[in-house]
Amino acid sequence: MIQEAAVWAIFLLPLGSFVAIALVIRPFLNRFSGLAALTTITTIGASFALSLVALGSVIDNGEVLFAPHEWLSLGALQINLGIILDPLTSIMLVVVTGVSLMVQVYSLGYMRGDPGFARYYALMSLFTASMIGLVIASNVVQLYVFWELVGVCSYLLIGFWFTRPAAAAAAKKAFVVTRIGDLGFLIAILYLFFNTAAFAENGLNALEIADISAGVQLGLLGGTALTLMVMGIFAGAMGKSAQFPLHIWLPDAMEGPTPVSSLIHAATMVAAGVFLIARFFPVVEASVHAMQIIALVGAITAIFAATMGLVMNDIKRVLAYSTISQLGYMVAALGVGAYVPAIFHLFTHAFFKALLFMGAGSVNHASGTFDMRYMGGLRKYMPWTYMLVLIGSLSLAGIFPLSGFWSKDEILAHAWGGGSTVDTVVFWLLFAAVPMTAFYIFRMVFMTFHGEFRGGVEAEEQDAGIPSHQGEHKVHLAESPWVMVLPMGLLAVASVVAGGLVNPVVDILGIPAHWFADFLGGKSDIILSLAGLSLAVAVLGIGTAVFLFLVPNLLPGPLGAPFRLAHHLLSRKYYMDELLEGGVTRRGFYGVGGGSLDWMDRKIIDNFAETIGWSSMNFGRVVALLQTGQAQGYVLIVTLGAIVIGGVFFAFMWT
Amino acid sequence: MDLERLLILSAILFCIGLYGTMARRNAITVLMSLELMFNAVNVAMVAFAKYIVPTGVQDHLGRLLTGQMFVVFIITVAAAEIALGLAIVIALYRNRETVDITEASLMRR
Repeated sequence: MIQEAAVWAIFLLPLGSFVAIALVIRPFLNRFSGLAALTTITTIGASFALSLVALGSVIDNGEVLFAPHEWLSLGALQINLGIILDPLTSIMLVVVTGVSLMVQVYSLGYMRGDPGFARYYALMSLFTASMIGLVIASNVVQLYVFWELVGVCSYLLIGFWFTRPAAAAAAKKAFVVTRIGDLGFLIAILYLFFNTAAFAENGLNALEIADISAGVQLGLLGGTALTLMVMGIFAGAMGKSAQFPLHIWLPDAMEGPTPVSSLIHAATMVAAGVFLIARFFPVVEASVHAMQIIALVGAITAIFAATMGLVMNDIKRVLAYSTISQLGYMVAALGVGAYVPAIFHLFTHAFFKALLFMGAGSVNHASGTFDMRYMGGLRKYMPWTYMLVLIGSLSLAGIFPLSGFWSKDEILAHAWGGGSTVDTVVFWLLFAAVPMTAFYIFRMVFMTFHGEFRGGVEAEEQDAGIPSHQGEHKVHLAESPWVMVLPMGLLAVASVVAGGLVNPVVDILGIPAHWFADFLGGKSDIILSLAGLSLAVAVLGIGTAVFLFLVPNLLPGPLGAPFRLAHHLLSRKYYMDELLEGGVTRRGFYGVGGGSLDWMDRKIIDNFAETIGWSSMNFGRVVALLQTGQAQGYVLIVTLGAIVIGGVFFAFMWT
Repeated sequence: MDLERLLILSAILFCIGLYGTMARRNAITVLMSLELMFNAVNVAMVAFAKYIVPTGVQDHLGRLLTGQMFVVFIITVAAAEIALGLAIVIALYRNRETVDITEASLMRR
């Protein structure tokens, strides 16, 4: 049985690392910035070990209950600080600390020599601590604090190279767009806050997550109000998990360092939205309409992002759209009630997507660019990276027996078995995204690693007309250092085994069938024929990619005329950026919203204020006429006033 | 001599003072008229103190000296006030070579 202090230590260790780096190492020992990396890796490693202990404890004893601590007392409402250590949390803890540990080691190689090395590790520590705080939080307010903290860390890390205008703009965009969703979440929390009294009558605390579920079961929340509250929570999840139409920030977030993308924008923070819905699943489940909306939004996101992933030329953007698409799978899974498959997919996706991002970083390390049109042929120079990325890609594409196959097919099977119209629509949308996923990821593999090398960053700069400096070699075609390859290797192992061995369909190697599902207390299975079909279409997708991108002489411009329009539309991302920035923000928000407020300010508020000023000025002018400067005149008026008052007094008192 | 007559005297004095204050232009005369009003009040005070003493607040001889005390105070304050007033009049005279108060309307807008 794990002690409460040990669970807090999982959270406090990375936080301590952040404090130590930010307050001691960076100001005083910046010359030894390796110390920052050492601190981070040690503390997160310890956190990872403790997370494993916590997971073991939960496996042995089921959910571990800790009494919450009082934080704030506001009248009848008490806001607590506490820990939930249930199967969901323990899995999330392992994923977060495990992937974070790999990323920190990888960053040793990737960020080497960066002037902001210590700052980088400080922020990564803070992010890891916040993410841990988010998954262990037992109280909505506590959860919201960490929810915003991971957002802040995301902002700071996307804008890590803040001297680049694109990075600064992307950071701002990420923060503002997720904020829109967070507003919904905040409103949901406030709604709970207003229901404090109803909860208190039943001995429940409206802000404790466990009590909210209990309250819904007692019928304290229900009907439209419940649906709206769930939609508020979902709005928060949409922002963080980049669901349509709030997905636009995630591709831009690729301006951050690649390990940041790997940790925050692939494995953990973007999964926080999925985690949030999973955390509130008993509440969400109580509203049928909300579930349908969640399912449809997820499915639309999955296919919408997958189509855009088909045509991107930036390797990280392909992965970014892939992430959005896979998050769509998870959200859709939750929407059709497939709780276990959703968490399972979150679990497997964290490993293979982090791996793929690290692969992109490794490729960038050699070629100096992220543009796949200037890569090619890297297989010869970096065989390890190639092999590991291939494993990740196969897993993402859903090829048997890699982890992605299992989790994706469980989602499909669940949607298929749902039976309702919404479930069917969701199934077909998700199913249609399967070959696209396989296609875009293998397009990426072929463009990057196969064919002939097309010059890397030097060729890119030449094409862009940037003069190259003589004797400077930005391209060094070689395998990345082992500190980068090793974490990728470990994640690749996880990508292979995390599916089939964690939630097998039959008893295997002493692991009982559906172990993961039983652990989470749910059900999951695959339908064999359906799995075969999705495997077939995935292979079809890969085959198309082979045909278009592996066979030489078809690059560039392999798409025929009928596809050109579609290609154009996709590469402009359906004009979503233009629509949301130009249409919604500029015209709608600034134009209509800002314009009407401006009009109101000028015409109504200003006029009101000016009328008051004008009338008192004129009143004063009239009164000033009485002020003659003749003291005797004043005396006369005082006397007359006294006579009037006296007269009135006598008239009323002595009648 | 009873209260009523004393109050009538007080009222007459007050009205004379009030009239002088409002109607005369000479600053000295106005100050003197003010003094008349003060003294009208003093007469009323003393009269009330003499004739109307509520039971329960008087001393062992059946008196209440509040009115007389006020009168002493008013005389003191009035002396100070008249000194100040005359100083202003002198200052006014030095600047304007007149003591006509209708000329001294510096506070007009």
